[in-house]
Amino acid sequence: MIHHSLEPPERTVNMVNAIINGVPVQVEQGTTILDAGHKVHVKIPTLCKHPDLDATAACGICIVRIKNTPKMLRACCTPIEDGMDITTEDPEIIQVRRSVLELILSKHPNQCLTCGRNQNCELQTLAADFNLVWDGLDNIVPQLPTDTSTLSIKLDPKKCITCGRCIQVCQEIQNVWALSFLQRGIETRIAPAGDINLADSPCVRCGQCSAHCPTGAIVEYDETEAVWSKLLDPHAYCVAQIAPAVRVAIGEAFGFEPGTNLTGKIYAALRRMGFKAVFDTNFGADLTIVEEASEFVERFTKGKSVLPLITSCCPAWVDFMEKFHGDMIPHFSTCKSPHAMVGALAKTYYAQKMKLNPAKIFMVSIMPCTAKKFEICRSKEMQASGFQDVDVSLTTRELARMIKQSGIDFITVPDDQPDHILGAYTGAGTIFGATGGVMEAALRTAYNLITGSNPPRFEFEVVRGLQGVKEGEINIVGTKVRVAVAHGLGNVEYVINKVREAKDKGAEMPYHFIEVMACPGGCVGGGGQPYGVTDVLRKARAKGLYHEDGSGLWRCSHQNPYVQQLYADFLEKPLSHKSESLLHTGYTNRPAYQK
Amino acid sequence: MTHTSVVDDVAVIAKRWNNTRGSLIMALHDLQSRHGYVPRESAMKLAKYMDVPLARIYEVLTFYNYFKLKPPGKHVVSVCMGTACYLKGAPGIYHDITKHLGIKSGETTPNGEFHLQIVRCIGCCGLAPVVTINEQLLAKMNPHDAVEHICQIKEGAEK
Repeated sequence: MIHHSLEPPERTVNMVNAIINGVPVQVEQGTTILDAGHKVHVKIPTLCKHPDLDATAACGICIVRIKNTPKMLRACCTPIEDGMDITTEDPEIIQVRRSVLELILSKHPNQCLTCGRNQNCELQTLAADFNLVWDGLDNIVPQLPTDTSTLSIKLDPKKCITCGRCIQVCQEIQNVWALSFLQRGIETRIAPAGDINLADSPCVRCGQCSAHCPTGAIVEYDETEAVWSKLLDPHAYCVAQIAPAVRVAIGEAFGFEPGTNLTGKIYAALRRMGFKAVFDTNFGADLTIVEEASEFVERFTKGKSVLPLITSCCPAWVDFMEKFHGDMIPHFSTCKSPHAMVGALAKTYYAQKMKLNPAKIFMVSIMPCTAKKFEICRSKEMQASGFQDVDVSLTTRELARMIKQSGIDFITVPDDQPDHILGAYTGAGTIFGATGGVMEAALRTAYNLITGSNPPRFEFEVVRGLQGVKEGEINIVGTKVRVAVAHGLGNVEYVINKVREAKDKGAEMPYHFIEVMACPGGCVGGGGQPYGVTDVLRKARAKGLYHEDGSGLWRCSHQNPYVQQLYADFLEKPLSHKSESLLHTGYTNRPAYQK
Repeated sequence: MTHTSVVDDVAVIAKRWNNTRGSLIMALHDLQSRHGYVPRESAMKLAKYMDVPLARIYEVLTFYNYFKLKPPGKHVVSVCMGTACYLKGAPGIYHDITKHLGIKSGETTPNGEFHLQIVRCIGCCGLAPVVTINEQLLAKMNPHDAVEHICQIKEGAEK
């Protein structure tokens, strides 16, 4: 799925013919039985195999029978061969699959009703599909402690079925190496090196492990109770904001098509739940762009500080950079992430305008992200307002649950509006939620700052799409701006190393501007989004964002009249002293291991 | 052993194995034979010098029974649980030793004197049941005699 190489290797395509359940199928050589099955509408059950990941053949649930071969083979890792006659379901196969499930359940706690994945669990679904009967099982659950040390994700190794998905994501896709398999056989468990807490490990809290876990072994650290209690507190003035990527994904929890934009319904639901004001992180994204594009133009045209400028809105990326690429700190934009900016302004600018006591404002961010839960208290700059700027950060999944608990009929509830003062936004703010979106938004405004007019064409196609690293050269009236966009932390090294090489040689920098998002696909594929993410979903969610951008009146962040008003009434100008103190932050080298 | 010499050890070991593919296990063997176990500090240094994630090192260290993450006891008591020894009464021997020392297999007494472990066949089934204490092989053991041998070592230490 995520490609490190920029050019696909040339190859000749050989086709093979086979039969699956009596239906002829023709596929490219090398296609697995599992994928070939999809082509003829055959679904072979999987547990360890995820479309994002290479097959590891750990679980054995996908076994199929091939005519004239004595043993059953695993469909996830067996390439189809010419002339194969494959049976994917018969009574014996079903019995074997049932045995696989029984063995897994024999060391899995029977806690479905109170599990974070209840009714949304791949193991539970299979157990239901295969009619498993609990009575026959002698259940031995390993007594291993739950790890909530990150305050972002909850790791409960008792519920782990050792499929290895989280480890593949953490090691190969994200290159973080926080999680590993320790010991072997029946004692195999997932943990950081040496059984330390995740918070003391290199974990950057991206939550991709939770997004790929088939069971409830890794879920978000739930903070819905804290929010409910504040909503009930008559002295608290609860305000909320929603991130770009939330609006096009939350619908999946209510049966909407992936990518359906439900912004108005989310505003309505938040108001009905008791939030006194509803802001939009897209406003913060617009503000981020005005600040960051100004920072970029300052460095680019006036030779101040160093280029390339590297984006800083992704907290998992910031954490990763501080732990593994500390030499890049001078390149980092000092801009806080959009929701942190909105948080700081809610307790200063908004409080002043509304004559509110900022101490009573309780700011809740709804994010596609687990790392934001950590970001809100990562450093003293996150208390720029004099209070903690954002009090709680919830994931999309947590908000979906709260809406369900509150009895709001989300499917039919009519759209509402945000509080425009920190809620109006442009298309440039919306596309922050997709990989390349921040870059594209920044280029639109940088173009204006350099030339005085808006770009003739707002779309910068070169930075869009799911390719792991996207590189391009943008021509701004004769000025060439070289950019790179990486998503999925495993893709970062390629880009950063090019910068390092140029530095070592004293050569010209390969890029002027770099965007990095920790999660594959950017925030639409965030670790706090509804479960079941694949490239199909990432594309559908991103499409929802680009559609809103394309159909809006304002396409550039600097066009946002409420951002302009904010500068006129409060901040004065981009990078002003006040902007710096409220909207910007600093970075520091951190050890990968605390213990 | 001082802090610096531990660090230096690791650098030497890493240098020896760095250019050989698949040599992580060999480097870890070197570390263990140097210290009797693999100290976390050394594993971290090795990760840095060999450019291998610490998580991978611990995957290897915990996969193989041979590697130890804690300092072993001064005297290693191994009870063979291979088929022959098992049938000839090794479980009873193991039971009495655990009662006497107050530790289970894989554990070390708080004073660091004894480390107890269960091992599989050590290749002298004719002498079953077998217990080894350090390099000394004790043949045709019974629970009483095994505990007696441990007591003698204890007394020797007290003298």
